[in-house]
Parts: sequence; C-alpha cells; structure tokens
Amino acid sequence: MSTATVGDLVSQPYKYGFVTEIETEKIAKGLSEDVVRLISAKKEEPAFLLEFRLRAFRQWQQMQEPDWAALGFPAIDYQDIIYYAAPKQQQKKTSLDEVDPKLLETFDKLGIPLSEQKRLSNVAVDAVFDSVSIATTFKEQLAEHGVIFCSISEAVKEHPELIERYLGTVVPSNDNYFAALNSAVFSDGSFVFIPKGVECPMELSTYFRINSGDTGQFERTLIVAEEGASVSYLEGCTAPMFDTNQLHAAVVELVVLDDASIKYSTVQNWYAGDENGVGGIYNFVTKRGQCRGDRSKISWTQVETGSAITWKYPSCVLQGADSVGEFYSVALTNNKQQADTGTKMIHVGPRSRSTIVSKGISAGHSSNSYRGLVQIGPKAVGARNYSQCDSMLIGDQAAANTYPYIRCQQPDAAIEHEASTCRISEDQLFYLQSRGIGFEEAVSMMVSGFCRDVFNQLPMEFAAEADKLLALKLEGSVG
Amino acid sequence: MIRPDAPVLLDIRDLQAAVEDQPILKGVNLTIRAGEIHAVMGRNGSGKSTLSKVLAGHPAYTVTGGRVLYKGENLLEFDPEQRACIGLFLGFQYPVEIPGVSNLEFLRVATNARRAEQGFEELDTFAFEDLVRERLAVVQMDPAFLERSVNEGFSGGEKKRNEILQMALLEPLVAILDETDSGLDIDALRIVAGGVNQLASPDNATLLITHYQRLLDLITPDHVHVMAAGRILRSGGKELALELERTGYDWVDQELDRLAAGGQEAGRTPVEVG
Ligand SMILES: Nc1ncnc2c1ncn2[C@@H]1O[C@H](COP(=O)(O)OP(=O)(O)OP(=O)(O)O)[C@@H](O)[C@H]1O
Ligand SMILES: [Mg+2]
Repeated sequence: MSTATVGDLVSQPYKYGFVTEIETEKIAKGLSEDVVRLISAKKEEPAFLLEFRLRAFRQWQQMQEPDWAALGFPAIDYQDIIYYAAPKQQQKKTSLDEVDPKLLETFDKLGIPLSEQKRLSNVAVDAVFDSVSIATTFKEQLAEHGVIFCSISEAVKEHPELIERYLGTVVPSNDNYFAALNSAVFSDGSFVFIPKGVECPMELSTYFRINSGDTGQFERTLIVAEEGASVSYLEGCTAPMFDTNQLHAAVVELVVLDDASIKYSTVQNWYAGDENGVGGIYNFVTKRGQCRGDRSKISWTQVETGSAITWKYPSCVLQGADSVGEFYSVALTNNKQQADTGTKMIHVGPRSRSTIVSKGISAGHSSNSYRGLVQIGPKAVGARNYSQCDSMLIGDQAAANTYPYIRCQQPDAAIEHEASTCRISEDQLFYLQSRGIGFEEAVSMMVSGFCRDVFNQLPMEFAAEADKLLALKLEGSVG
Repeated sequence: MIRPDAPVLLDIRDLQAAVEDQPILKGVNLTIRAGEIHAVMGRNGSGKSTLSKVLAGHPAYTVTGGRVLYKGENLLEFDPEQRACIGLFLGFQYPVEIPGVSNLEFLRVATNARRAEQGFEELDTFAFEDLVRERLAVVQMDPAFLERSVNEGFSGGEKKRNEILQMALLEPLVAILDETDSGLDIDALRIVAGGVNQLASPDNATLLITHYQRLLDLITPDHVHVMAAGRILRSGGKELALELERTGYDWVDQELDRLAAGGQEAGRTPVEVG
C-alpha cells in the first residue's frame, strides 16, 4: 500500500540552497543617512540620484511598516541588515572573461549558463549576484536594434537622462514603506529601454541570486517601451538556505506608451524556509506598470513558489484609452510559508480592460491569500474587468483566503468576479491511481491542470520550466 | 463460461477489512477463473463497494485478515496503480470529477501505463486518438467528452459510460463493475451491457455488482453471490438472482441469526445452493 501522503509530496529539498564562497565587500550593518550617501558614493552616482535616495530615506523614516496583510512574522530589525554587499572583483568587467569564474560557475549550477558557448540562444540574461549585476549577455546584438538592456547602475552612468526621466514616476518613493526603503538603498537590477516601433528581437531575462546571509536585497528594475514597442521579460530568483531570514524589498516600474506592450513574467523560487518555518526570504515587493499610452498593454504573469513571506501586488494603472492590463498568477505555499499576493487594476482611461486570473495552492500549514483591487475611475467609460480567483487546498491544515476589493465610480463599467475553492481529495487521487497513474503524477496532473490558464501565459521557453518547478515542489518520497 | 480447468485469476480467502477500526468485511471467500462472469448482489450497506475498493487498494480501508491472490501473486502487496497496470479494473459506483485534468490526456496516460506493463510501446497523441475513437464506439460515446475534464459535469449515465470506455482502453483481466447499471436509461443500459459482453473473453473475467435482474438479463452470469454483513452468504448460478427477485432479502436475517448462533466459523463458508 502506498504510505505517502500528499503532505510528504509537496515537501522536497530545495535544490538551490548552496552558498558560493566568494570574497565580498560589505559595508557595516545598519541604516542611516550616511549609509545612503555611502551607497550612492560607491556607485559614483550623479547628484539627482543621491537626492532621490535621501528624499526617500527621510520619507521612510516617517512611515510605518504596513500591517494590513494576512501575514504574521517577528518584527524586522532594520538596523541588523547589511545594505550593500558586492563580490570583490576588478572594478569593471568589460567582457565575460573578466568575471570571477566562481560566479559563472554559480550561475551554471543554477541552470543559467552565461558563457558564449552555453548560453541560451534566444534569451538575453542579466545576472545579478547580491547587490550587483555581474554580466549581461547579448548587449551588443540588442543595441543594434536600439534596445538598451543593462544593469540599472550602468544605465545611471550611461543613460542618466532616461533614468532621471522615468525613475520613481510609476512607484513614487513615498508609495509605501518598502518602496521608500528600496528607493533609499536600492542596489542593482535591470534597465530595459525599447525605442519607438521596435519589437525586441529576443526574450530578456534577469536572474537574481541572493548569496549573503545577512544582506538585504533591494533591487530596482525599470522597463520602458516607447510608442509601438514590445518586449517580453522574465525574472527568476533563488537564494541559499540560511536559518535566518533575509529581507528582499524590490521595486519594479514599467512604462508603456501608445500601442506598446510589456509582458513581464516571474518565476520566484527564493528559499522558503524549512518545514518548521525557520529561515527563508521575506519578500516585500512593489511592482507596478503604467499604461500611459492609448491601446497600450501590460501583462504580469507570476509563478510564486518560494519565500517564507510573500507580499506582492503587481499592478496596472490603465491611463490610456483602450489600454489593457492582465495579471496571471500561480502561488504555491507549503509548510509554514505565507503569501499575501494579488494585483491592483486602476482603470483611468475610457474602455480600459483588465483580466485577473489567480490560482493559489496551499499545502502543509501554509496560508495563501489573494488580495486584489479593481478600481474604475469616473472617466473610465466602458471599462471592463474580469477576475477569477481559484484556491486549491492540499491536506487539511492549509488556509486559503480571497480578499477582492472593488471601487467603481463609473456606472457604465462591467465587472465580473468568480471565485472557487477546491481540495485535492483522497478519492480523486485514488481514482487516478486506480487507472495506473502513480501518486506523484496524479497530484502533479491535478495541480498542473489547475494552473493551466496561467502557465499558458508564460513565454514558451519557460512554461515547461514552471511546470517542472511545481512538479519538483510536489515531488517526494513515495514508498 | 465455466471451465473447471481455466486458470484462477482472483482468489479471495477469508478477507477481512476495516475502516477506522470498524470491521466491514468479515471473511469474504470468492474464486474467479478466466472466462467467468460473476454477479454480487446484496442489500445496501452489505459491503459490496467496500469489497471492490479493498481489491483496488483504496487507502481508507485496512485489511485486517485473509488474503487475495491475483494470478497466484499477493495482490495486497501492490500499490493501487500497480494493480491497475497488471490488469485489475474497478468501474466505480460513484466516479469522481477531476476538474482541470483533460479526459483525453488522462485516458492516454492511463492506457500507456497499462501498455508499458504489458510490454507494448507507448502511444503518442495521434496513435492514441485513433485507438480512443475506435473504443468510443464500444459505448457509443460522443468524442466531445474527450475534450472535457475527467467526469466534470458529466451526467450520472455519462460517467458510467466513461468508466466502460476506460475499461475498453485498459483491457483488464479482471474487471469489477460496481453498479455500472444504476443511473443508466434503457438504451444506455443496453449499450453498456453490450460493451461488457463485447469485452468479455475466455481469458478475462468480470465481477458485476448489481441490484437488478434487468442487467443480468443482458449479461448472463455464471455465478451469483449474495453479500450480507460483510461476507458472502450464499452462492449459486444465474437462477439465484431470479429467486432473489421473487423472495427479496428477508431470508438473510434468519440466515445471519442462525450463523450468529452457530458461531463465527460457519459464516465463513458460503452456503452452496442450486
Ligand atoms: N469510508 C467509510 N467510512 C465509514 N463507513 C464506511 C466507509 N465505507 C463503507 N462504510 C460502511 O460500510 C458498510 C458497507 O458499505 P458499502 O459501500 O460497501 O455497501 P454496499 O454494499 O456497496 O451498499 P450499496 O448497495 O448501497 O452500494 C456501510 O455500512 C457503510 O456505511
Ligand atoms: Mg455500493
């Protein structure tokens, strides 16, 4: 007789938990105005950026950590965190050959080969290790199309006018507690600029790796698509297993002009902590896109499987007439993981449309909440929203919640909301098993069936990977 | 078809099983040979479905005594999925719905699991489409059902047809059909019974669990058994079913009382009649 329970299946060891032994330059723990100045100085930033950081820092000091999410965790000591850590290497790498082989090896091990021979042929990668970007592939090829893809630190040096024009315009530095913190101390991240009329010739992707145990990660990503431009971008993340918690507070801003579109996909696999909830990443992320132009489009797809705590609401501000916002999400929590995630669709422009498809899977003692806001402003004549929020429970100790908020100031708008909760039952599994399908495959079939609508939205290269990742998370010790 | 020299496919001896410490099967004896069709009847709650699920390996039931040999091997040692692969099939009384899992894909994975065990090559999507279309004819089912999620939103009768479609694809050696006739309209009953007859061969065996003679009018059983209080109280030929149709189950109580007075042992030996 099979003795495995579904609970055993969803708990499997984390594959990316190793630490890379590498000399790093770190500043002392703690946060003050001096630390903010030090970070800016280390990065040789222009005055406008130091000003931006200092303003954010002062705002942050006046703010309170939000407590409205359905999350419980011990207070974070912001003075016990290191705000800047970088692997020591020659100050500027002009080619991959100069990158520390240990770092290349690390990314190899994570399945993201960067070297010319091994890298993916149709995906450009920006690899971020702790606070700094260590390499970006295919930069020259992209430049031929006028596409800028580089680390944000580099963009600050080489395209300061673009940074000054767009940084902080979608997520103002005082937007929320974590956005203010990020604006004060952000380290690195990616910058993407797609000029007018250009369809980005390949997938762009940033891979974030946290390596230090006592360093916070505060990355900042900015993507701008000018009139008629389009790009598909993917973000991946992993971290070592530590028995302490690491703070990750990122900000992502997207700007889309007339007829342009950005498709932003995330496969988040930060370390989630052990089965008793010890260790893991605290993931407090502000992601927002602004559809500034008419007929512009932003599509967020996320597969959230890691982190001890996830606080994340990728949002769309639909300003342009006929603009489109989409949010497709799969969030899997297990053991003592907690996720409070969802989206905000702010309809401003006439006939703006949004679609929300959220799939939450909770196993073990985890808690998984969907929180979403659909707001239709007075000028959004003919605006439409469709939301679908489904929860799947595995075992009987897990919790799922749905918090949909609707604010509508436009009588003409059409808003549709559907929600469902299901549980994988012993009888369903037995049914599949009694047809010769193994226990693990049975669970995985049901879970991937449940997630299909979202996986279909991922770029093709990554859809199979996401399916594998979930299957991996669901893999275990069947007798 | 009774052939005393046919190989024994399933041999159940003194099988006892409990759910959460509550005994339900109290010593079932039953021998099924290749080529035979058996019918198990009995009052509601007498343990028929429990017997079928214990044989298929449902985790909610604990076997507390006895043994089951399948082609000479200890069936109870196999996982449910292995039992299916080696040719045991259970058509459920209440097939469950599995939202999100495509019926076609499910049937393909199940068929390939069985084929792998038989040493046949795996069928790709196209080859499987051909096979499934051919087998759909056995139950005269609309191909549209392949595109839907497993059993989701199927009517009671449609679910039962889907069970027989699975049986037609998996080509089991021992098929246990738990009340496959209930919920079927008159035409569907004929179609399903026709399907079962079509799939029956001298090499395989069928165990029909049913309440009604009308099914046995269409599929003639070689043996009929009456279950009561977790054991087989009486066994006979097809005329036993006809007799039950006339007499009902009143005699069962007397028989059970007599057994209780006569001690446990007597109850474990089925009373042969006819
Ligand atoms: N999982 C279970 N939990 C508790 N009791 C159970 C369980 N399964 C079966 N039983 C009990 O065991 C007895 C036999 O049930 P079973 O379903 O085998 O009967 P049946 O002969 O198939 O009846 P019917 O003709 O109504 O289908 C019943 O009293 C039933 O309530
Ligand atoms: Mg029954």
